[in-house]
Amino acid sequence: MAKTIDEINEKIKQGKAVVVTAEEIIDIAREKGAKKAAEEVDVVTTGTFGPMCSSGAYFNIGHAKPKIKLGGGRAYLNDVPAYTGLAAVDLFIGANALPDDDPRNKLYPGEFNYGGGHVIEELVAGKDIRLEATAYGTDCYPRKKLETWINIKDLNEAVLFNIRNAYQNYNVAANTSDKTIYTYMGVLRANLGNINYSTSGQLSPLLNDPYYKTIGIGTRIFLGGGIGFVAWQGTQHNPNVPRTNKGVPRGGAGSLAVIGDLKQMSPRWLVGTSMLGYGCTLTVGIGVPIPILSEEILGYTTVTDAEIFASVTDYSDAYPTMKPETLGEVSYAELKSGRVKLKGKEIPTASLSSYSRAVEIAQTLKKWIKDGKFLLTQPVAPLPGVEAGIKFKPLKERPIE
Amino acid sequence: MAVAKRIVLHFPKRVVDRAIVCRLAKDYDLEFNILKALVTPEEEGLLVLELSGEQGEYDKGIRYLTETGVKIQSLSQDVLRNEERCTHCGACITICPSGAFELDPITRRVAFYNEKCVACGLCIKACPPRAMEVHF
Ligand code: SF4
Ligand code: SF4
Repeated sequence: MAKTIDEINEKIKQGKAVVVTAEEIIDIAREKGAKKAAEEVDVVTTGTFGPMCSSGAYFNIGHAKPKIKLGGGRAYLNDVPAYTGLAAVDLFIGANALPDDDPRNKLYPGEFNYGGGHVIEELVAGKDIRLEATAYGTDCYPRKKLETWINIKDLNEAVLFNIRNAYQNYNVAANTSDKTIYTYMGVLRANLGNINYSTSGQLSPLLNDPYYKTIGIGTRIFLGGGIGFVAWQGTQHNPNVPRTNKGVPRGGAGSLAVIGDLKQMSPRWLVGTSMLGYGCTLTVGIGVPIPILSEEILGYTTVTDAEIFASVTDYSDAYPTMKPETLGEVSYAELKSGRVKLKGKEIPTASLSSYSRAVEIAQTLKKWIKDGKFLLTQPVAPLPGVEAGIKFKPLKERPIE
Repeated sequence: MAVAKRIVLHFPKRVVDRAIVCRLAKDYDLEFNILKALVTPEEEGLLVLELSGEQGEYDKGIRYLTETGVKIQSLSQDVLRNEERCTHCGACITICPSGAFELDPITRRVAFYNEKCVACGLCIKACPPRAMEVHF
């Protein structure tokens, strides 16, 4: 019998909802069968905790006396440049931003010890952040210089706004060249010395709802330790990819843009991250609840690591040069075993996303729902699905005469 | 006065390690015990030694090693994990040349065995949240 979100919310309010994680549902469905499991279970919770580069935060610092217009000027937070193309006292900082004097890769591989992701972590942790700004001065905003400490508790708004997170599946990275390379997928040793991957696999939000049947715009989620929402499809959202017969994409596909009040998030779930030789980013914790509205939706949530595949991409050649070829396909069950066989070689594997912390997110969300603190939402609009016919375009370069 | 110390030798790519270490015994009358020898992904040679002898000769031996281009580190430099910062991702597992990190297949948490660590320093910058720290 099909359920509705309202019915599930009623059960949540009465403390009667049956909530399990996307890991726990696998055995439950195996034991009880899909039909019975779909009747009994109301919500399946997912989780993921990994570096997500397209993350950032915006905030309003309040007006200084006399007033200053940061828009069109320059602003730095702990020496990291913030975006000032907005109105007088609104700033945006992206996770990848770096101080002007960071040596970057001049000293190869660059260390990237502090950047936008670290500013966001410190802000969320309640630490004072040094703001230094210059402006050109106008009749109504005469001031040209501002140097002050700011603290999240004094900001009018502080909002985490990540334009591409929670990628539905992803490349697996290796290096066939004869030297170590430094990538956003970590340090990749020469001659297929290691293989890195980044997903929570069977616990990952969009891998448990591969056709976006329940997750949509407006879905309430766990974000950075607090509550957030799906704002839109993420950039590069690309549902039209090869899929397994259970609908699971065999490589990067959908993604989410997410938003939430930074003031109620926690530095445990928003961690400033340094990728050696690559740059700074933010490790983000996201958990999405999936309402079990039907047996079909339950079926999707029972996906296991053995049923999720991804292609191994050569980051020394195919990736930077946009060649389509891959080194082969592997399952996450193989990757998680610690070794995979590829090109006749046993290669050690490592993850960049933390599975144990993804479990913690799914468990936390489960507890919030069980305790009646977190209700499910009906999306206000769906995410574009396979039928939207989105084509993921490369850049067409046109020479400037 | 006699001394005995545990040190880590970092050999650059082309230096022949054994020969150099043997000269410590021949020329400076030092006794050595190789505790660990390995090659890092960057093909730097790593040797963990227990080195003992007379203080004067010991100092000369160390000077000799430095002159050949070998970097010396005392094993009292301890590499520790900041448990608050570690996210248990696992990125360090394939980085560490001495197998000091192990992933628990059930909990998926990463254990760090300090006693296996040879203080090579590779994990320090390779750990994304920078949870690995050198303490002196
Ligand atoms: S790479 Fe760093 S954060 Fe990840 S498991 Fe190792 S020590 Fe922990
Ligand atoms: S310093 Fe880090 S990489 Fe080197 S041996 Fe110790 S734990 Fe392993």
